[in-house]
Amino acid sequence: MTQDIYIVIEHLRGQVADISYIMLAAARELAQSAGGNVIAVLLGHNAKELAANFAADQVIYLDHPALADFTPDAYQKALADLIQKNQPRAVLFGSTSIGSDLASVLSIRLDLPLASSCRSFTKDGKFVSQICGGKIMAEGALPSPTALVTMIPGGYKSEEGKSTQPPTLTPAEVPALDALRVALKNYVEPQAGDVDIAKEPILISVGRGIQNKDNIALAEDLATALGGVVTGSRPVIDQAWLPSSRLVGKSGKHVKPKIYFTLGISGAPEHVEAITDSDTIIAINTDPKAPIFDIAKYGVEMDLFDLVEVLTEKVKQAK
Amino acid sequence: MNIVVLAKLVPDLVEELTIDANGNALDSSFARLIINEFDDHAIEQGILLKERGGGSVTIIAPDAEGADDVLFTAAAKGADRLIKIKGDFSNVNNHALARAFAKVVSGIKPDLVLTGVQAHNDLDGALGPLLAELLEMPYIGYVSAVSINGDKVLIKKEYPGGLLAEMDVQLPAILGIQAAEEPPRYVAVSKVRQAMKTSSIEEQDASNLDPCGGSAIGRMFQPEASSHATMITGSPDEVAEKLVGVFKELGIV
Amino acid sequence: MPIRETFWNIPQWAETAQYVLGFITAVVFVYGIVRRVMRWRQGQPDKRFDHIGARLRTLFTQAILQLRVASEAYAGVMHLAIFWGIIALLIGTALATLDWDVTHLFFGFQFLKDGFYIGYELTLDIFGLLLMIGLGMAIYRRFILRPKRLQNPWPTLTRDDAYVLGMLTLIAITGYLVEGLRIAVTQPSWANWSPVGNAIAALFIATGDPTNRILHLSLWSFHILIAFTLLASLPFTKLFHIAAVPTNIFFHSLTPAGTLSAPRSADSVGVKAWKEFTWKQILDFESCTRCGRCQDVCPAYASTQILSPRNMMIKLETHIWEKANGRQLHSDVITADELWGCTTCRACSEVCPAFIDHLSSFVDMRRYLVAEGQVDAQLQKALANLGRYGNSFGQSERMRAKWTQPITSKIKDARREAVEYLWFVGDYASYSPTLTEITSKTAQVFQKAGLDFGILYDGERNAGNDVRRVGEEGLFETLVEKNVSVLGKCSYKKIVTTDPHSYNTVKNEYPRSETSEVLHYTELLDQLIASGQLKFNKRLGYKVTYHDPCYLGRYNGVYDAPRRVIEATGCELVEMPRHGDRAFCCGAGGGRIWMKEAEVKERPSEARVREAVSLDGVNTLVTACPKDITMFRDAVKTTGNEERLAVKDLIELVYAAL
Repeated sequence: MTQDIYIVIEHLRGQVADISYIMLAAARELAQSAGGNVIAVLLGHNAKELAANFAADQVIYLDHPALADFTPDAYQKALADLIQKNQPRAVLFGSTSIGSDLASVLSIRLDLPLASSCRSFTKDGKFVSQICGGKIMAEGALPSPTALVTMIPGGYKSEEGKSTQPPTLTPAEVPALDALRVALKNYVEPQAGDVDIAKEPILISVGRGIQNKDNIALAEDLATALGGVVTGSRPVIDQAWLPSSRLVGKSGKHVKPKIYFTLGISGAPEHVEAITDSDTIIAINTDPKAPIFDIAKYGVEMDLFDLVEVLTEKVKQAK
Repeated sequence: MNIVVLAKLVPDLVEELTIDANGNALDSSFARLIINEFDDHAIEQGILLKERGGGSVTIIAPDAEGADDVLFTAAAKGADRLIKIKGDFSNVNNHALARAFAKVVSGIKPDLVLTGVQAHNDLDGALGPLLAELLEMPYIGYVSAVSINGDKVLIKKEYPGGLLAEMDVQLPAILGIQAAEEPPRYVAVSKVRQAMKTSSIEEQDASNLDPCGGSAIGRMFQPEASSHATMITGSPDEVAEKLVGVFKELGIV
Repeated sequence: MPIRETFWNIPQWAETAQYVLGFITAVVFVYGIVRRVMRWRQGQPDKRFDHIGARLRTLFTQAILQLRVASEAYAGVMHLAIFWGIIALLIGTALATLDWDVTHLFFGFQFLKDGFYIGYELTLDIFGLLLMIGLGMAIYRRFILRPKRLQNPWPTLTRDDAYVLGMLTLIAITGYLVEGLRIAVTQPSWANWSPVGNAIAALFIATGDPTNRILHLSLWSFHILIAFTLLASLPFTKLFHIAAVPTNIFFHSLTPAGTLSAPRSADSVGVKAWKEFTWKQILDFESCTRCGRCQDVCPAYASTQILSPRNMMIKLETHIWEKANGRQLHSDVITADELWGCTTCRACSEVCPAFIDHLSSFVDMRRYLVAEGQVDAQLQKALANLGRYGNSFGQSERMRAKWTQPITSKIKDARREAVEYLWFVGDYASYSPTLTEITSKTAQVFQKAGLDFGILYDGERNAGNDVRRVGEEGLFETLVEKNVSVLGKCSYKKIVTTDPHSYNTVKNEYPRSETSEVLHYTELLDQLIASGQLKFNKRLGYKVTYHDPCYLGRYNGVYDAPRRVIEATGCELVEMPRHGDRAFCCGAGGGRIWMKEAEVKERPSEARVREAVSLDGVNTLVTACPKDITMFRDAVKTTGNEERLAVKDLIELVYAAL
């Protein structure tokens, strides 16, 4: 039984996911109130260099060929063994395609309490979760003895989870990973050939409010005038109004443009988490209560159809 | 192929949500409930699998206002068997729900269980993986394609950025559906009415609703924006003018 | 003495042959008719034997006088000339038969003699000429002008068209030639009374006997042969419309245009295969003469060319005669895109000279698509929202009356207190952020007129007009049930609606007991102005044009009330070329406003805006439908006419003039 905070590092094909750094930053806050260390748990194979920039007191490294790529079964076994042995105060998982496959299963397997959708921790160590599309916050004491927590972005900056000083790496014993019921066959790449929206400095992003495919042209015109690229939220991509390579959000890309200009995006958490690194967010929405206004620097409460064409003209004139 | 789909109802976010008098839960008496949208995709995926390869689809939903509607709608889409778990599920956590489901599901001996990958009011993990571990079945979430291949299923799992992983899972298994291969279909109201006449809902009692494993919520509140955008007002012309000013400031015009 | 010498120069064998031929023709003809009727009888039952008097009156005005056919100049003159030409010649032939085979044969006297016979000859000669003129016009138009609306989807139809015109022309020409030859040989003293025949005779006199007699007999035989052939083939060619159209006119629906018939099967699944249509719908397909008037006025055809009501009828008619070849009604014959293209504006039925009810068949087929879940994503979303929240916007019903918040004097809740007028506001007027200002003006006008009115607040649901026309009958029923149950608890004298779509369904499709009197707000304003309850202080002096909303005008005949209101505000009304019952739909109706827009060169709303802009000096397009406002305001932008044309609701004029 320790007061250490464990972070299950997420990485895919040699890339550490942003959420891992966000969790490292969160763990630092939690560790201060709990009085333990920040310990990153890295599962992989020949992957220890990934840990080089972790802002952690220690990295526990579980190396095994079966852990090279994520599969739920192998990760669950390895982690169950580690948590049972070390009994940390809390284990942080991403509320992601990886972490969500682990936390709930381990909660039952190890009979440990679980808090999900946690966005931040209070100074006195309570978890604060965000639910109902960002409309409700729920706060509770960190459950005992070992709290399993899944985390969403938004509460901490990923930079705070990075360090220039490489942490100490402690290899740990990996249990037998046999009788696995899940096997990775291969990866399917997203369709290539389109612009990489993660690298574009100006994004005009459209949401449900754009109403139909034809209206995408309005956004295209504005993007052309500003020298940017059009992206969209999940409903827009689901309707195939834009290709999936333009999806900004949890299941799409995280972006960090200079200007993120939203048209008819309400600001669901799945979308917001992917845009928090933008320099300036400007939001147009008819609903003054839309959560997007809480993270935008500038807001306009107006029907986008009344504004966009006028704006495009003015931008053209100004150039 | 014996397919089971779990469907739960969640508060409809179209309505204003309110916190109950204790201040630590949603006021369920005011909330309008709607099927969890991911569960709707799970139902669609179940029906698609049946249409493609045969078998039967059983839909299980916990009792709540609107549960009958959800079940009959699924029947109209092609579900074969409808089960409603009776009990007081208002403000019950997923651990308790998973235990209630576990008893019913194990009685059916399914080959494949589908459920939505998450729900917007999840506070103690997702139903699918909790149930999977209770039933000692493998679980994969964020699934957007499923094909059955003997005693295995080949699935596509979504990762950020559009990357997909193809994984093989041994049956019986539980999958958390992110998106069905086709968007959930429309069911005409007349078809639902017909289903109400031709199909019946079996009721099973939830034995114990043991919430152990969830985490206690001390306080629930509506977020107050820590910061709020500077609102630009005026006629479209004036607003556009001011926005161009912002663009100039940022040096992109 | 002038007398009709029937069978002049006709030997006995030829006369006998004619009777034999006549008998064969009759057999084939009867077989053809029975074959058609048997096909209709494979359809579903539909009671159409009520109001015989009214039916006979329409039969007279539309099948005999052909008023609707005559509403188009060229086609009207053409068709009436052919029609009356043939009718006169048929009567002539009947008289001749009577004269020879009845009165002469049995009673030994002839009535075709003296002055009567001379009049007979003259009349037939003139009507023959009329027929020739009509046929000439038809041939010129079909084969030289070749308007788009007459172009056929496949060549057999073109052969059918040519066959009928060709045969009729041949019959007319040979008829004249036979007459001319007879006159040339017999040279009767009354020959001048057959001016055409006499003129032709002049050409042959020089040829002399016996050549003329031989020519006469050959041409007479040919004339008889083709006349009987045409008669025998009548039930197998487009000429069948001679029988089908009057039948169709006689049986056409007498219920108000705005009352759509309910699905026939209890589970509302609509029409999957052609035998599920009613006999009347099948008769509709068979009555189509392919004249293309519907196509000319169809907004869907004008914008996308995917749907032509004419081609739909042609395809359906062909389909019911197809040998079992596995072609399915849906997708093989009629595509979903065609069905979803229809805006239900009813312009097609309004102009159809055969009184075809296109929409009843279209909606029946849409009902099948809905039952099969074949709806596009946007429509699905709208229907799901309508089912869940009672509005297509997917907003909570609690937000329905949010537009009333800025209004200082509170609007009565009709569910709580008795009102004289229950105002059914409708979805677009309640929820659309761009329209609530107009809605609020409507409320203020009502208040200024001292009207005792209230609204249903969150008790109101979408009225269901377009839900029904999309083909979602079950949802329509649910919406009606909910509205009716709320209305049942209210105390009011009259219902007034903002939206012509709500107006239509509440007035024509809701259970009678719940809908005492239903007024569109333009009708109410008209009454208030007439009674002096609403007085204007200003005369606006704008030069405006008015767009008739389909569900107000064509569906319910409300053309004058809005025009009187416009005049009362002191505006000068300039009509667009297409106005009144010819008004061109904005493209939003029948659920189109909820669906994905097809790729188009020009949207119907854009065409309409251009039509308004082309009017000299007109700077305002006035309408009286929230959906029109939405569509036209958008179209004014997309056509770049924002500077030239303002789109206003009628109420805005009224408000400004108060």
